[in-house]
Amino acid sequence: MDTAIREHESLAARIRRWLPGLARGRRPEALPVTLDRNRVYIVPTRAGLGFAVLLATMLIGALNYQNNAALLLTCMLGAALASSMLLTWRELHDLTLRSLHADHGFCDARLPIHLAFADDNRARPGLHVALDDIEQSCPLRRGISRATMTAPTETRGWMPIPRMRFSSTLPFGLFRAWSWITPDQHVLVYPRILRDGRPPAHNDDPKERVIGGDEFAGLREYHVGDPIRHVAWKASARHDHLLVREFDRAAPGQPLRFDWHDLSGLDRETRISRLAGWVCDAYAAAHPWTLILEDRRTLGPGSDAAHYHHCLTVLAELP
Amino acid sequence: MKPPRIPAVTHGSPTELAPLPFTLLCITVLCVLVAHAPHMPAWYTAVLAAIVAARWRQRRRQRGRISAWLRIALLVAVPAAVVAVYGTPFGREPGAAIVCGLLVVKLLESERVRDGRMAIGFACFILMSALLFDQALAFTIIVGLMLLPALATLRALEPGLPETGWLPAFKTGAVLLGVSLPAALLGFLLIPRLATPLWGAPGNGVARTGMTDRMAPGDLQSLLTDDAVAMRIGFDGTPPPENQRYFRGMVLWSFDGRAWLPGAAARRPWSPAPVGVHDPVTHYDVTLLASHRHWMFALDVPVDAPEGAVMGPDHTLWSSKPIDETLHYRVASATDYQLEPEKLDPRIRAAALELPAEFDPGARALAERWRGTAGADDAAVIRDALALFHDGGFVYDLDAPPLGRDSIDDFLFNTKTGFCEHYASAFTFLMRAAGIPARVVVGYQGGYWNAFAHYLLIRQSDAHAWSEVWLAGRGWMRVDPTAAVSRIILADTGGAAGDVGGGNRSWWMPWQNRLDVINRWWGQTVVGFDALSQDRLFRPFGIEHATAQMLGIGLAVAVFLALGFGALLASLRPRHKPRDALAAAQLRLQRRLARIGIVRGTSEGPRDFYRRTATELSDSAPTVNRLAVEYLALRYALAEPPPERIRVFLRAVRNFHPRRVVK
Repeated sequence: MDTAIREHESLAARIRRWLPGLARGRRPEALPVTLDRNRVYIVPTRAGLGFAVLLATMLIGALNYQNNAALLLTCMLGAALASSMLLTWRELHDLTLRSLHADHGFCDARLPIHLAFADDNRARPGLHVALDDIEQSCPLRRGISRATMTAPTETRGWMPIPRMRFSSTLPFGLFRAWSWITPDQHVLVYPRILRDGRPPAHNDDPKERVIGGDEFAGLREYHVGDPIRHVAWKASARHDHLLVREFDRAAPGQPLRFDWHDLSGLDRETRISRLAGWVCDAYAAAHPWTLILEDRRTLGPGSDAAHYHHCLTVLAELP
Repeated sequence: MKPPRIPAVTHGSPTELAPLPFTLLCITVLCVLVAHAPHMPAWYTAVLAAIVAARWRQRRRQRGRISAWLRIALLVAVPAAVVAVYGTPFGREPGAAIVCGLLVVKLLESERVRDGRMAIGFACFILMSALLFDQALAFTIIVGLMLLPALATLRALEPGLPETGWLPAFKTGAVLLGVSLPAALLGFLLIPRLATPLWGAPGNGVARTGMTDRMAPGDLQSLLTDDAVAMRIGFDGTPPPENQRYFRGMVLWSFDGRAWLPGAAARRPWSPAPVGVHDPVTHYDVTLLASHRHWMFALDVPVDAPEGAVMGPDHTLWSSKPIDETLHYRVASATDYQLEPEKLDPRIRAAALELPAEFDPGARALAERWRGTAGADDAAVIRDALALFHDGGFVYDLDAPPLGRDSIDDFLFNTKTGFCEHYASAFTFLMRAAGIPARVVVGYQGGYWNAFAHYLLIRQSDAHAWSEVWLAGRGWMRVDPTAAVSRIILADTGGAAGDVGGGNRSWWMPWQNRLDVINRWWGQTVVGFDALSQDRLFRPFGIEHATAQMLGIGLAVAVFLALGFGALLASLRPRHKPRDALAAAQLRLQRRLARIGIVRGTSEGPRDFYRRTATELSDSAPTVNRLAVEYLALRYALAEPPPERIRVFLRAVRNFHPRRVVK
């Protein structure tokens, strides 16, 4: 038993020594990465196996009937189909992934990742890239060396780029060549966005409230996370669910105040998502806002892109 | 390492057949129908082609399969139609017709990429089977070209391709077929041939025109209008003169009142009488195309039988197996000979004089009249007969009227119109009636001498019939009564009337005769490449007999070499690979600085190197610093440096000529 295990291990080690390519692609590596011939794998597809059987049948038929024209045709077809393997392999061979960078993306949505390949003056029209179970077409034409893929996101924060599979079945779909690249790179994923709570109208300090006109715009249903102060208790008593008062938007120039501590009674991730949602809405409405974090750190006020990305980055990076 | 499973793809619905691959698939199916059209009933081909066209139109308007009922109906109708036409679903031609029909049914239900690939595989197989009917060079090339739409369909079936043009689809297949031609030829040469077929007997049930072992007036007519190649003959030295090119195939001894048959005499195991040869014999090689009969043709009288053949008592060659494949043999023949000049074997003499009673009294009476005037002079009787054909108002015409019960009398005294077999038949009858031993010979006469490639081309239309008579002291002698006919009416049946060496040849016939060189080459080197040729394959390398094992090893080596060479070709980088201009400029700068003694250390980073250079070359320190800043920015700060900025840097490096200040 012991020796068997040892032998097994030594065999595995030996295989790894012989075929270093097997282990490659699993360890993160720094870009640029070139797919040299040691790391491009190729096997026949199911259609390829079907055609192999077909060619064998044609061969036996031609030999049996001693028909040299048919044999020549079979040889031509066989040679052409077999050499399509080289074209499939060539689709990936020497492909260099130079760099990649990600857009800003939110958790749970697919994150766009821009790939930059070295321009080696070669078209790779059948290139496919998969960052998860979904295979995405990534045709590279001559002189075009950029493509955009999307990656799945599951948690906020710095996410390692998942192992990427580059594959192609061109030209005839009889062979599949593939290779792996795990870039040693992380991309920032912004928090998940929750939009079911309206942002606080403005600074809750009564002295700063906008005076004049209606004090509140109306009533709406209570959502988890609404400030308790806003609950319209009297109105709620007449309904079977809680209602909260909606106030007029703050006047322009009056920064909104998104406070961690307003969202009491929620778990940590929901709070972060709620805050992120408010930030997004405020940014979309070009309204200035202040973000107050758990440790009373105050960001802003501001309404520009830098502020927006700063807020979301800080939220994403929260422990 | 496990191959990745093919996951669901995101773009559109990629498992569905797109319009372009579907159109290409339809074209491929039509190609298959065209390839099989020569042996299928015209209406059957037309109906299948119409179904393909209808399916194409239907799917252009709206996707979706044809209803299952219609497909099942067609699935039943195809074999039913084939059985109605051929009487049986088995055999080569009915089988081919059925698979063509099934391919069309497959097209009706092809909606997905998978169906498309299967249909293409099926189509390739049926294309190959078309070559079982015809191996001619032109047809093989046409069928080979029909692989192009099949490969184009496979290419267009690939999902997620950005371009949907016809050109890229066809280009890949064309390039691959062209590039893999050498590998295909190697495979063709080295794949070990089967010594005996695994199943079936090739050539069964193929009804081809050709000579039959029976000659009745009118039998040869279809043959005389057939331009198919019968055989090709290459002579050692000069060919015999044109009027000596009589290739004997079969001798017919027995006459039943209507037809001439080989008769019992031809089959008796009598050994042929020795040939008295006067001239040096003529040696020649014959390439006889498949006739599915036993007899082999030889110029006049062959001296000896080639391997695999026996010589009959009448000096004809008889193959032990039917000639189902192209046959090559080498013979030596005597054109000036004496056959049994002194004494005719009494049994042969009896066979050569036998005539059915109760037939043709008029001809008998004519022969006896000639005999009466000529006395014992056989040659005079022959002259009388030939004079009759020459001056008696006889006409050579392929369009001969039918003859009555006494066919010889009817021909001699009534219609006086016919072609070689009428004349040979009547002449032989007259000779026998006059007591001269005579027999009918069937074979080929004439042919086209290809001076360029030095061979004689003989077509089926060169078929001919003539007589041989036996004269005491002279032996068997050839007499061609057709040649005595003075009036010739050219046949309007379209083909050639070979037996008078002229006739109504079409305008392209001379060209066809000249281009036959290519067909001959094809037939000899490709179609005729058999186990025997393969056995001699390695002779140039000093190996007398190539075994199947050697061929297998050769094949493996060839495949390995071809793949290796292909991989080498495939891994070549395109010529215009952009160099790293920045690195080149930096190297240039370093070379220049090294010339004046500032050498970059192996562990020295670029920033340190520039800094050291700036201190050492205090005069040009500003330039060096500028270069340093630019280089570091281009190399490290920018992910994708703009090309024009790189160009500016290159120019700055080129204009920088460092000089050490001599202190």
